[in-house]
Amino acid sequence: MRRIAQLVSALGLFAVAVVAFAGGPLEGVTEKQATNWHAIIMFCLFVSMTMGITYWAASRTKSTADFYTAGGGITGFQNGLAIAGDYMSAATLLGLTAMVYSKGYDGYIYMLAFFAGWPIILFLMAERLRNLGKFTFSDITAYRLDQGKVRTMAAISSLVVVCFYLIAQMVGAGQLIKLLFGLDYNIAIFAVGILMMVYVTFGGMVATTWVQIIKACMLLFGGTLVMFLAFSQFGFSFQTLLEKATAVHKLGPKLMSPGSLLADPVTAISLGLGLMFGTAGLPHILMRFFTVTDAKEARKSVLYASGFVAYFFNVIFLMGLCGIIIVGQNPEFFEDGTVGGKLVGGGNMVAMHLAKAVGGDMLLGFLAAVAFATILAVVSGLALAGASAISHDLYARVIKKGTASEASEIRVSRIATICLGFVAIILGILFEKQNIAFMVGLAFGVAAAANFPVLILSMYWKGLTTRGALFGGYGGLVSAVLFVVFSKSVWVDVLHNAAPLFPYTQPALFAMPIAFLLAYIFSKSDSSVRAGKEIEAFEDQYVRAQTGYGAATASNH
Amino acid sequence: MSSAMYERMRANPKFQELVSKRGRFAWTLAFVVLTMFYGFVMVVAFNPAALGQPVAEGSMLTVGVAVELFMFIFFWTLTGLYVKRANSEFDALTQEIVKEAWKENK
Repeated sequence: MRRIAQLVSALGLFAVAVVAFAGGPLEGVTEKQATNWHAIIMFCLFVSMTMGITYWAASRTKSTADFYTAGGGITGFQNGLAIAGDYMSAATLLGLTAMVYSKGYDGYIYMLAFFAGWPIILFLMAERLRNLGKFTFSDITAYRLDQGKVRTMAAISSLVVVCFYLIAQMVGAGQLIKLLFGLDYNIAIFAVGILMMVYVTFGGMVATTWVQIIKACMLLFGGTLVMFLAFSQFGFSFQTLLEKATAVHKLGPKLMSPGSLLADPVTAISLGLGLMFGTAGLPHILMRFFTVTDAKEARKSVLYASGFVAYFFNVIFLMGLCGIIIVGQNPEFFEDGTVGGKLVGGGNMVAMHLAKAVGGDMLLGFLAAVAFATILAVVSGLALAGASAISHDLYARVIKKGTASEASEIRVSRIATICLGFVAIILGILFEKQNIAFMVGLAFGVAAAANFPVLILSMYWKGLTTRGALFGGYGGLVSAVLFVVFSKSVWVDVLHNAAPLFPYTQPALFAMPIAFLLAYIFSKSDSSVRAGKEIEAFEDQYVRAQTGYGAATASNH
Repeated sequence: MSSAMYERMRANPKFQELVSKRGRFAWTLAFVVLTMFYGFVMVVAFNPAALGQPVAEGSMLTVGVAVELFMFIFFWTLTGLYVKRANSEFDALTQEIVKEAWKENK
């Protein structure tokens, strides 16, 4: 009965949602456009479908394992789609298409950097993650170290990553909604926040995973359709497409060679490191490795996920190139009707204009709905990762020291989800007019410098002790944040100082070595009895990591 | 109990075989990916003009695009190779190790 009441209130929210929605590139303040009914109707279809799934998932979410990891019963293929969904945010669809449109080949380089982390995650991490972890990645870092201290550290850095990522997504959502759906910024923020709370609190990981899977399918389908229709105008000839694109683009023949974006080698390498190892340290991605039955399925999920990601990036590359001619030469898409001026709605709208040009209002509506669904799904995954850091790590393990009942742990994670939802809404409103372009970079930077080094050392290096892990983790966290604050993107662009204190915008190349070095020095110099025991405990952990014996198994349903 | 199990597994020569075979395979593949990727980043940083050359006279396709497309496909093929070998050969070996440790247990 209570669940029906919950569903009714959920449907009430859905009515609110009917009035709003969006997805999320990182651009400045956008202008509100005319209400787009095609997009709204299609988005409502998506919401009603996912609400149905949430209702079904709610009946299957009873234990903590159900809530955090969908009972560990997701298949490799499903998980692969969900990971790809988590990874391909609206910023990917809109931002990268726009980047190819304006910078050509540079956008393609960016995409390879986004992709290249996946094989490394598979070769070095996937099976160990599955074999050692249960609900959160702190299960692995704290496996043989001091539970209280190490989990607190991992939970803090997870929450920092989640919060920065959430701000970027929420602000993006609000701006995009104004543009695509013609609705108010604040309505959009509330719709995203509230829908996310409904998915996660009622449906836990089961609902979050299925929302992600549905959205990933919509995204792959929508992108492919737009690309196919656009590319057909060039007879599916890459040669013709490039000839026409280079003829009209302001970069001319330089369009297809590396340009200014990565001209500075330090930035290029730092960006590459940040994207590659940041991916391997994002809590909502790492969590996905615990939703599959065993290491075999964990490996398969990376294979499928990286396949979808690689495919989609190439689709985006083609979309961006087609956009140069189809959108860039059509006065209809420019603000005062002059080709080469400012695009209607801003630079990130290339993918949307392309959809309209090749498929009319229907396709535009579909792609807009996809963009909003994408934000919603990514936000849900982030909220779940943040909530489990609070309930599983901080509440159950640090405060209650493992004595909390499952029911109380789930209750705490639901409360945490709702709190995170409100935090996201408030931050989204506060940051409306801020330049938030650095937020995603900061999230990746912290993930690469705080989460990744301690995680990989705990799996591979016998000598890591609690002291080393704490210094490495906190050191990486603080230095990544400081490097970004002192860089141009915050110190100059946000705080309006004259010159940056730190000359590079990408922190990974500098913050990662600091984290590794601190972890090494403070582990090596740790001669306490406890450290000796921790080093000894590595042997058993190592056998489990290699064989999966003793690993958390799927629950039966 | 499980500590004794781990002890027996570690003592099994097949465990050493699994660890060294899989480790070598995984690190080799990781090394290939990292070298190619960062080698490519170095070329982008220090010799971008090389990537802007057409692959053939009169072709619009540049070396850079061809190389990247190749890397997308090649890296994915490597993940496929790893999954194939790990899910058959290495998993079979792992099962043997666990089974043998159980037998000794009795």
